[in-house]
Amino acid sequence: MKLRKEGGGIMSGSATEPAVLPPSPAQIVPTDLSEQMLELDDDDDLEVFSKDVTVTDGGAFSTSDQISPCSLLNQYGFEEEEGDSNVKDIFVTVDNPESHVTTIETFITYRVLTKTTRSEFDASEYEVRRRYQDFLWLRGRLEEAHPTLIVHPLPEKFVVKGMVERFSDDFIETRKRALHRFLNHVAEHPILSCSEDLKVFLTAQAWELTSHKKQGPGFLSRMGETVRAVAASVRGVRNRPEQFNAMQEYVESFGQKISSLDKIAQRIVKEQKEYLEELRECGPTYTLWSGSEEELVEPLKGVASCLDRCCKEKEDQVRQLSEHLAPTLHEYALCADTLKAVLRRRDNIQAELEAKNDALATKKIDREAEPRERGVVWQSLLGRDPEEARQQKQHRLEGEIVELKEDIDKLEDRVEWANNALKGDWNRWQRSKRRDLRSAFVHMAEKNVDYYEKCLAVWESFLVSQRTEFGDGAERRLPSTS
Amino acid sequence: MTTAEQGTTLLKTMEINVAEAEKRTGKNAVNMLETYTVYLIETRPVDTVSEGISPTPDSLWRRYSEFEILRNYLLVTYPFVVVPPLPEKRAEFVWHKLSADNMDPDFVERRRVGLENFLLRVASHTALSNDKIFFTFLTEENGWKEIVFETGFQAKADSRLKALNATFRVKNPDKRFAEMKHYGDELQSVISQLLRVRARVADRLYGVYKVHGNYGRVFSEWSAIEKEMGDGLQSAGHHMDAYAASVDDILEEEEHYADQLKEYLFYMDSLKAVCRKHELTQFELEMAAQDLSSKKQQREELATGTVRTFSLKGMTSKLFGQETPEQREAKMKVLEEQIQEGEEEVKEKNSECDEFVNNAWCDIERFKDQKDHDLKEALISYAIMQISMCKKGIQVWSNAKECFNKM
Repeated sequence: MKLRKEGGGIMSGSATEPAVLPPSPAQIVPTDLSEQMLELDDDDDLEVFSKDVTVTDGGAFSTSDQISPCSLLNQYGFEEEEGDSNVKDIFVTVDNPESHVTTIETFITYRVLTKTTRSEFDASEYEVRRRYQDFLWLRGRLEEAHPTLIVHPLPEKFVVKGMVERFSDDFIETRKRALHRFLNHVAEHPILSCSEDLKVFLTAQAWELTSHKKQGPGFLSRMGETVRAVAASVRGVRNRPEQFNAMQEYVESFGQKISSLDKIAQRIVKEQKEYLEELRECGPTYTLWSGSEEELVEPLKGVASCLDRCCKEKEDQVRQLSEHLAPTLHEYALCADTLKAVLRRRDNIQAELEAKNDALATKKIDREAEPRERGVVWQSLLGRDPEEARQQKQHRLEGEIVELKEDIDKLEDRVEWANNALKGDWNRWQRSKRRDLRSAFVHMAEKNVDYYEKCLAVWESFLVSQRTEFGDGAERRLPSTS
Repeated sequence: MTTAEQGTTLLKTMEINVAEAEKRTGKNAVNMLETYTVYLIETRPVDTVSEGISPTPDSLWRRYSEFEILRNYLLVTYPFVVVPPLPEKRAEFVWHKLSADNMDPDFVERRRVGLENFLLRVASHTALSNDKIFFTFLTEENGWKEIVFETGFQAKADSRLKALNATFRVKNPDKRFAEMKHYGDELQSVISQLLRVRARVADRLYGVYKVHGNYGRVFSEWSAIEKEMGDGLQSAGHHMDAYAASVDDILEEEEHYADQLKEYLFYMDSLKAVCRKHELTQFELEMAAQDLSSKKQQREELATGTVRTFSLKGMTSKLFGQETPEQREAKMKVLEEQIQEGEEEVKEKNSECDEFVNNAWCDIERFKDQKDHDLKEALISYAIMQISMCKKGIQVWSNAKECFNKM
């Protein structure tokens, strides 16, 4: 089973983002909505497509959501956060995939185990079962609540190539491990791990989760937010701070490099598998040969058994590659897309602010302007006193200006908060990226050394067995480069 | 330099090397310009070398076709010997990155080694190494061809070829030769299969190593945008490049192993030819014996007057009347003569056959021991190659791991 991630292929970045809508200028709202609905239905846990009852209402951005004890404490404290040095007080694992068959549908659930000493949790251990859909929902909520924080990506949905492959053991195992990594990244995040949605996700029973999903700001208000976001992104941002320009450049390059590495890793797995296929024929051929010989039976069988052992070790090595390095590289390729979306959202907030400032400036000009002839004439046609009309207009303008100023204040706060959140989270993400990629490559190197060491042992023991019979003949053949 | 005495081999007194290969252009038999390769054969008496004096060796140039002539001569002249094979004329069982071109320097080099190996094997064989033609091949560049053709081996070579390919039924072959022939077929089949598999494996292994070179390239590009990770990435990239490059040496070494297998693949033709020769001599003996016994039969019938076998004479005498006693007497005399000749012939063929069986089986036993020894060594050297490859792999990936740790 291969998840195609070739350039321009099926799994291009934006299509795989979970239910949150990244504002994209090219789309108009109605299409957006319907796409969103389709995404919610199109859950590949389902074998039989059916309407999903638990439509996520999503949460419109509201400042109140973020004021939780954790976030207040940590708001500007990213720099202190050295992920490794902090004592972990919450441990999450994802395992034990199981198939669930109901009358309507069949889907896979995973066991989510939580152990924690945090006071916000009533107990210290929780065990729940969650499906992929639930993870999608959680990530969506986290992104909505924290649009300029970097939320770790989820494994992609599987595009149906053939129904048979969707439930292959390999696929489920790979997804399970990716879900585990996702939850761990969230649980390690100083802000995200305090999310109420996360707590519900980790602790609630199935019906409780369903009812919680229904809460939150309504669809319409979310739509309103979307409209504003789309409008903002059409406008574009004017004065992006240099820091964020640098981030943008980095993300572009990084995304390219990681995608290349992702492809290379997958290619290596493929080449190794093809090599293994051919290698499997060697042992049996030597065994076949031994059937015709007398004196040579022992060495031939010895070589055959060495080759068979080496095949086993190669199998192991290939499995390690597909389970560790390849998925990690793939995840960070998805991260690049997440980062781009985050930068876009930050830009949009700033763009909104800029737009409001523009509007304020215009209104102020209006206020100072001479009353227009036409306006006065119009008013007098309606039988209004021109002076009264002018005063009414001024009054109205003043009101609008006050409102705008309030909005701008809020937006300035919002922009500052978003920028700081992103800056802090950027550093945290860099550290996490470094740790993850380093460990993935180190692991690969270790497994490769392992493979060669095991094969070495196999061949050396063969040599020993031959030398005892062979006497000194073999000594002449010792290689000069050992 | 003298030829070796009977019972010893030339190699005991003479050091032989195929030292170099060179390209030449010249006119061929049909007066067309061609490019070919010549090989330098160097010879030196053994005593001087062991005493520490190293005089300049005698040397001459020979091309592949001359080796072929020598070998054909040996095949015909010593039919009871399992004659060593020449290295392949064209590169076969190649994996696709390796050139199949005869002019390719790697191929020429491997052929040089193969030709030297051939000469050494001949020079260490008690019968073959004492051959004058062989000695002249090693020592006289000009005129050797005329000398060898004067032996008239060419005609014998043609009839040998015919006989090898003829079909005939032998009533009483020596079972050991039949088994040997069967073994030759089996070994040819399994070694061919092994060489094919090995070529495919080599191809795939090449692919695996070379793809890692891409890591080197991308690591280098990536390191440019990273601050703390840059150094580790950059140096890890170098190791990836080294890893990708290391496969060339590994596969070249394996080529030597493949050559060792190929030698014994080609040896099987010689082995089977010796077995066939036995069948031929046995067949001739059986024919002669059959001829003799039918003549004896005729004599008996003539003496007793009974006709058990059909003969035209018998028929005509039935039709046209009996023969006269004088006629019968004359016939009898002729028969007796023929029977005498026949008996001598059978005796001759019998001893020929026996002699062949003894000599051939002796050489086959020698060959068997040589084969067991050589192939066992080859398998051991294969294991040593694998060990070397593993050690290189351990080194590269351990280094890479250290670099990754610094990321």
